[in-house]
Amino acid sequence: MTLDIFLQFCVAGVTYGIIYGVVAIGFTIIYNTTGIINFAQGEFLMIGGMTAVTLQRYLPLPLAILGAVAVTMLVGAAIEVLFIRWLHRPSVLRMIIITIGVSIVIREIALHIWDEKSHALPHFTGDSVSAIAVAGAKISPQVVWVIGVCGTMVVLLGLFFRATPLGRQMRACASNRDAARLCGINTRNMVTFSFVLSAGMGALAGCVVSPITYVQYDSGTALAIKGFTAAILGGLGSTAGAAAGGLILGLLESFGVWVLPAAYKDAVAIAVMLGVLFLRPSGIFGSAEAARLREY
Amino acid sequence: MTLRGRGLGFTAGLAVAVVSIQIAASAAHKVFYLTQLTMSAYSMLVVLGLVMLMGYAGQASMGQAGFFAIGGYVAAFLTTFDLAPRRDTLLVALLDRAHLLMTRPDGSGGSVTHIHPWAAALVAIGLAAAIAWIVAGPVFRLRGHYLAMATLGFGIIVHRIFLGSSYFGAADGISDVPALVLLPGFSITGRAASRVSNYYAAWGLVLLTLWMISNLIESRVGRALKALHGSENAAAAVGIPIARFKTQVFILAAVLAALAGVLLTHYNGGIGPSEASVMKSVRYVAIVAVGGMANLRGALVMGTLLTFLSLRGYFGSFDDLVFGGILLAMMLFAPQGIVVGDLWRRLRSTFSGKKRGDDGPAA
Repeated sequence: MTLDIFLQFCVAGVTYGIIYGVVAIGFTIIYNTTGIINFAQGEFLMIGGMTAVTLQRYLPLPLAILGAVAVTMLVGAAIEVLFIRWLHRPSVLRMIIITIGVSIVIREIALHIWDEKSHALPHFTGDSVSAIAVAGAKISPQVVWVIGVCGTMVVLLGLFFRATPLGRQMRACASNRDAARLCGINTRNMVTFSFVLSAGMGALAGCVVSPITYVQYDSGTALAIKGFTAAILGGLGSTAGAAAGGLILGLLESFGVWVLPAAYKDAVAIAVMLGVLFLRPSGIFGSAEAARLREY
Repeated sequence: MTLRGRGLGFTAGLAVAVVSIQIAASAAHKVFYLTQLTMSAYSMLVVLGLVMLMGYAGQASMGQAGFFAIGGYVAAFLTTFDLAPRRDTLLVALLDRAHLLMTRPDGSGGSVTHIHPWAAALVAIGLAAAIAWIVAGPVFRLRGHYLAMATLGFGIIVHRIFLGSSYFGAADGISDVPALVLLPGFSITGRAASRVSNYYAAWGLVLLTLWMISNLIESRVGRALKALHGSENAAAAVGIPIARFKTQVFILAAVLAALAGVLLTHYNGGIGPSEASVMKSVRYVAIVAVGGMANLRGALVMGTLLTFLSLRGYFGSFDDLVFGGILLAMMLFAPQGIVVGDLWRRLRSTFSGKKRGDDGPAA
């Protein structure tokens, strides 16, 4: 394997990996405030991508993307308010089935709003054939956009959790809901906000990646599974771990294509997921002790 | 005793309904309805197993369609794969010696030599049971979300294998599966002439399964499963071997799903990769949820109705939306199921209020 091919695989791995990382962070944000794994997580990327494609017919691209992010955030808020907020101490099994139901309903509504074809935004700069040469590897400018936008988003999210009052309130809510409530934090609103935040992040990621991967009504499921894999790989609950898990998974998949037929690309992620679940459910960075105390 | 009597009452009522529907359909010259009802019956086998696993034992399985597909695909593959060119290999020669091979004309004038459907069915179901046993070990160390995701992952892998492998016909699936001869002159096949007999065979099997599972649930095993659902730690503390029970009920559900897969594949004459899709697994879960999770009768009645309507195409392109919406609505508003079960109990107590004395000695 020459250096340029190696680089090419790396760039592809990082591009997909950072998307998985964003989905994984979305899982993590919601899991931390609610204890729920939101099976409809991948649908946020799909809604974001599809809405931007539609809006882009009437608006300039940046506005279309902003609009799509706003719409997806509203959908995120609606999901929480309609399906989760008013349930009184629902069982885990019930929440699993509810979020799976939500994902199916969203997917099927998307099928009827749009169609079964795949759509894409235009490349943000240049077009599908333009390329930047880096050390012999050819990189599409869109890849730079994906890495730049998602990377910035992850960094900003870290700052948000550390430096802003709202971010601190969310962290307080994640570490102990009852104590947070006693301190006067409206934990219910924090839960709604966690859905809005993870929907918005998903939508933005869905927009920047759509020129490369395309979106269609059912692209959410695969993304959700890979995002979940990334999330548990990094130890469910840790945002930084989720981002790292995403990158690892992206690289594994990318180099997996080198030895496996491309048709089994998705199988790599599922094999990793099952491997982590069976061998080390606490993830590679998480502590096994902490994982045992947590409720799944 | 009374519980068992009640279960028997429902089974008898269902048997009457099965016969009446057949008579009504034949009288109205709408026998074609029986085809979809037969197909629904086989789906109900999967559902009955899943009620045990999910409703009673509380273990979510999002990959039940995988076991259905393993049963169907293995049976289809073994009964269509032509062994004639491999006559000389040791394995095929041994199979021939054991009278496990049969030759039949294929569609295009030639002939195909393949494994006998009965042997194929046994292999298919045995394989599903073995896979369930292997998978159960690691899977049941997980709970809640992780268990759901792991079974979902299992289902997706099975789907991908059948979709991606040319041995299993890739996206086209396998067709031209022969009939499964049960008795001389009677076989599981979709031919119009044997529509009524197949309808009775399928529903007879469902009733038998219902009766067996009802008995199992009201036995020691059933109580153990309910205890396990309530609290695994508490169940383990009172000496219930939870790992063994979970594995056994998982295998039972897998075997029922594989059996349904084998029979429906012979009935339809083929199987396609959509049978293994995630959405199919979710549908089975939706049906269990509509019935009220731990409610065999509710799941059976509502499941038959929904599957029948879906197969007749009443939901059009909203098919998956209907199942997703029902799943969501049930879990939001009525996680204990809708009134079918209660209604039945209420109806029964209304009608049997005076006859309670007669019931005793008979039961």
